Amino acid sequence: MAGILVFIEQRDGAIRKGSFEALSEARRQAAGAGWEVAAVLPGSGVASAAGDLGGYGASRVFVADDAALKLYSAEGYAQAVVAAVEKMEPDAVFFSATAMGRDLAPRVAARLGVGGLADVTALSLENGTFVARRPVYSAKAFATVDCAGKKPQVIGLRPNVFAAEQVGGTAEVVSLDGLSYSIRAVVKELLESAGGEVDVAEANIIVSGGRGLKGPENFALMRELAGLLGAAVGASRAAVDAGWIDHSHQVGQTGKVVSPTLYIACGISGAIQHLAGMSSSKIIVAVNKDPDAPIFKVADYGVVGDLFDVVPAMVEELKKLQAA
Amino acid sequence: MKCIVCMTHVPDTASVIKIDSDGKHIDEAGIKWIVSPYDEYALEEALKLTEDKGGEVTVVTYGPQRAEGGLRECLARGAHNAVHIVGGEGTLGDSLAIAKVLAAAVKDREYDVILCGTKGVGTDNAQVGQMLAELLDLPHVTDVIKAEWGEGSVTAEREIEGGHEVLSSPLPAVITAQKGLNEPRYASLKGIMAAKRKPIESVAPTDIGLDAEALAGPEATYHVRSLELPPAKQAGKIIQGEDDPRAAAAELVKLLHDEAKAF
Repeated sequence: MAGILVFIEQRDGAIRKGSFEALSEARRQAAGAGWEVAAVLPGSGVASAAGDLGGYGASRVFVADDAALKLYSAEGYAQAVVAAVEKMEPDAVFFSATAMGRDLAPRVAARLGVGGLADVTALSLENGTFVARRPVYSAKAFATVDCAGKKPQVIGLRPNVFAAEQVGGTAEVVSLDGLSYSIRAVVKELLESAGGEVDVAEANIIVSGGRGLKGPENFALMRELAGLLGAAVGASRAAVDAGWIDHSHQVGQTGKVVSPTLYIACGISGAIQHLAGMSSSKIIVAVNKDPDAPIFKVADYGVVGDLFDVVPAMVEELKKLQAA
Repeated sequence: MKCIVCMTHVPDTASVIKIDSDGKHIDEAGIKWIVSPYDEYALEEALKLTEDKGGEVTVVTYGPQRAEGGLRECLARGAHNAVHIVGGEGTLGDSLAIAKVLAAAVKDREYDVILCGTKGVGTDNAQVGQMLAELLDLPHVTDVIKAEWGEGSVTAEREIEGGHEVLSSPLPAVITAQKGLNEPRYASLKGIMAAKRKPIESVAPTDIGLDAEALAGPEATYHVRSLELPPAKQAGKIIQGEDDPRAAAAELVKLLHDEAKAF
């Protein structure tokens, strides 16, 4: 039976949202074709997490449970995924294009002798062939691509784009036993960022600051607005290069390319490199005192004004709204 | 340490992208080509490493004739050798094909580490480094923002969502460089002059046992059906807030809540 295998990412046994999105998209695609959807879950002590996957449409879950897989490694996890591929012989293997998925998918693809479609934002299935749309040149253009007839079709789905959907159901657990893992690059330590901040790559809402913030201390204003909205804090290249905030916050061509539901750009003029990283956001808001700033050309809503007046007033309005 | 740096030559990040009349490629007229920004971090790391520990840096690219400009730039910054596998037009975006070519080009060379940019700014696949590692049976670490080089091993820190992972890997390995790893240098005038005299080893795919036509044809793993510009955006609602920023903020929040239903 033809089908789609979905790689499931977990940390400490908790399945990441992007994996539910990928699994849900696999179920939607497979439904039309009468294909099976299965999942592969590598980790240590993760068998109990496998139960959740049936609810998102997996009929089988290949579980690779091994102490060697407690922390992520490209080599160990690739062995597990390839073992599941050999058992299932799927037409496609889906990954969520997270830091882990982007690291792992190409390694798996090369081992299977196929290529990969990375960072896909729209997908359709035509007679067994996946046709994917993906941003290129940092979303200054979109390519419609396929795997040139090679199978399995390895596809990375951009997080936050495809809906996760619980449908109910149960999955049969299949153990991937008898694998002896050979891991050379080993994770020694995980360092969490301070304060458990939301990462821009995973956020539904992003509040970004640029050169208009004038100094690192004023990112506090961005954090305050972000805190009220449950948002991540982003930054333009100018703010990162000035040393005001860490590069992990940078949105744009040499930072992260993001597609949140809401993107609020404060004091960001909208250089082409920045627009390339955020123009696929669903709703874009700009606050800038320069009415001619290019950011207003892509904004759905904008306020021409001094961010040091406008943003604190937004914070107050939001507090009122939330109290109501 | 012998370092190999894989370089790709891409449109300047400030370029305005237009679509070619074939509807599948970008219009290259007026495009300025640069060393992909992430490859600059890879090169800088290799240069620093050889300055500290001795050795040499060899930059390898698979690209058309114009990619020679990128190799000259790397030589001007201090790379010792440059290898140009000429071609690649037919496999643009095909990460596996590119990885096969790079693997064939480096497999008989001596190296302690292969450094790549985390992605080529252009086709934006971020796959070649990992595929190259797999083809050469090497470990890899991607998105590296910090590296400490030991004898026969590296400790590398990589960016993940909400934090960093610290990995230890034996060498040789493939490392892909993320912004933050170092501060790339500019080429000095002396370096630019010296680079003009340094030879570039020009290699045809057949010289390394590859059939470029097959890679772009029956063996291709990536097929572009069409390339389009993003849909044009409708003009947004812009509120003038210079005189009364409070009222403007209130109106904005109301629009976002009631009309856009953004929160």
